[in-house]
Amino acid sequence: MADLSVKICGVEFKNPIIPASGVFGYGREYAQFYDLSRLGGIAAKGTTPKKQNGNPAPRIAETPSGILNSVGLQNPGMDAFLADELPWLLKQNTVILANFAGSSPELCAESAAKLDKTDVQMLELNISCPNVKNGGLAFGADPKTAAGMVKAVRAATTKPLVVKLSPNVTDITEIAKAVEAEGADAVSLINTLLGMRIDLRTRRPILRNNTGGLSGPAVFPVAVRMVWQVANAVQIPVIGMGGVQSGKDAAELMMAGASAVQVGTAIVADPYAPLRIIDELNDWLDENGIATAAELTKTVKAW
Amino acid sequence: MTNDKYTEKLMGTVRSMRKLTDAAWDMVIDCPEAAKKAVPGQFAHLLPEGNYSLRRPISICGINKEEGTLRIVFEVRGEGTKTLASYQAGDRVNLLAPLGHGFTLLPSDRRVILIGGGIGTPPMLPLAQYYGENAVCICGSRTEKAAVLQEDFAKTGCKTILCTDDGSAGVHGLVTVPLAEELQANRPEMIYACGPMPMLRSVAAMAKEQGIPCEVSLEERMGCGVGACLVCACNVYINDGEIHAAHVCKDGPVFDAERVVW
Repeated sequence: MADLSVKICGVEFKNPIIPASGVFGYGREYAQFYDLSRLGGIAAKGTTPKKQNGNPAPRIAETPSGILNSVGLQNPGMDAFLADELPWLLKQNTVILANFAGSSPELCAESAAKLDKTDVQMLELNISCPNVKNGGLAFGADPKTAAGMVKAVRAATTKPLVVKLSPNVTDITEIAKAVEAEGADAVSLINTLLGMRIDLRTRRPILRNNTGGLSGPAVFPVAVRMVWQVANAVQIPVIGMGGVQSGKDAAELMMAGASAVQVGTAIVADPYAPLRIIDELNDWLDENGIATAAELTKTVKAW
Repeated sequence: MTNDKYTEKLMGTVRSMRKLTDAAWDMVIDCPEAAKKAVPGQFAHLLPEGNYSLRRPISICGINKEEGTLRIVFEVRGEGTKTLASYQAGDRVNLLAPLGHGFTLLPSDRRVILIGGGIGTPPMLPLAQYYGENAVCICGSRTEKAAVLQEDFAKTGCKTILCTDDGSAGVHGLVTVPLAEELQANRPEMIYACGPMPMLRSVAAMAKEQGIPCEVSLEERMGCGVGACLVCACNVYINDGEIHAAHVCKDGPVFDAERVVW
């Protein structure tokens, strides 16, 4: 039995596997399947200052080894999250990352200030949603606007602040360095890659929003590359995600530079995916005589 | 392929597999735990064997608690359902079931009308079995050959009316024609419907006009099936007309027709 625990920004995780924001709601649906305390942490559904209904359906399409989604940050709003969801999440005996987004630095700072007053362990600022017009990717695609967003949020909270980055940029290391310079405690990446599919018969895009975010095994090599690049560009920890399906994938992303790993799309088809991945990571470490998961981080011997 | 201990919890076994029409298949699955809990209107979420990232939601058309089986009838629409259609008796099948919120059942001696359009017909069968001769079942199909489960409906004792688009059997035309006649002849206490959106919209409008409660089973491209990923959105009215994006997998698939934003 390997030691799976990891420490990020002073926060202890019992293992490095965290359901990614968006696929796991606020956790309640999966608590019917297993005890959530078995998870390393939970990145809660992205929450905006006010309730949002999201984009019209269809919001999902299957693609080779992946999916496209265009949910568009449907959520009940920050006040409802704080009143109805967070207290329950905090009782689950796992690390909670409160993922949040907003259409201006001021609004994100207000949400951060509200979260700062709670017992939530970490904040994950989403500047990378490809499916909303205001906010989201608009802030994450340019180092200056990303920095401005993080500066405002940083001033509003002393809690560990993770900034979730978009792969839809020319150079992700520029964004990572910009948010590090403004006081981000960690970065998480990658959010989804902007994509599109068309129904040949109707000549209509399958997604009602026309475009959506691509995730799943198809993007895993992109995630490995970007985690590796960012881990070599910044001093702060990197939380990796993007198409992780197995314990070996998690180990690979950690070797590339990740201190912990989020799992998203795998959960959509398999509720038990995070537990299976934790077991597989443990088995792989044991088989290879590696005592701790933490020692994998950033050990790739690049050519 | 051997499964890990987690996947094993989700596995059922195909008891029988039968081709019903050119496109529709009939699968009976041994899955005692799921069968024990299932109610009419719920669905099973099947993960085809192979490189698929999404499950396929298929409505339950038969629940046998004694035998511990669920029956599903589905149409081959793409690669995933084609894979499911290749399954044979004895094969293992990965399913999450039962999921969703089913139909409201009145006492079984009440008069009801069931309306199934195309591959929306199968979820009406458990209702026909429950209401028996107190139900009128109106099924719409493109052709006589494409109609599914007509013998099964006849066996329940309900009155069945088949409508075909091409007139190859039964009423030549839409289900709304016999529906209007039935509504006039003998007012039902509930209308249940599943099928294409334009059909559901018309049925819901007719029910509303007559002040008859109506429940519709909706379809949408789906993800997790349990209400977490939020992709299968459907707009409904809540709190005095506010529009809310509900989700077909958890809030539905069965909705009160009056709440749906048509």
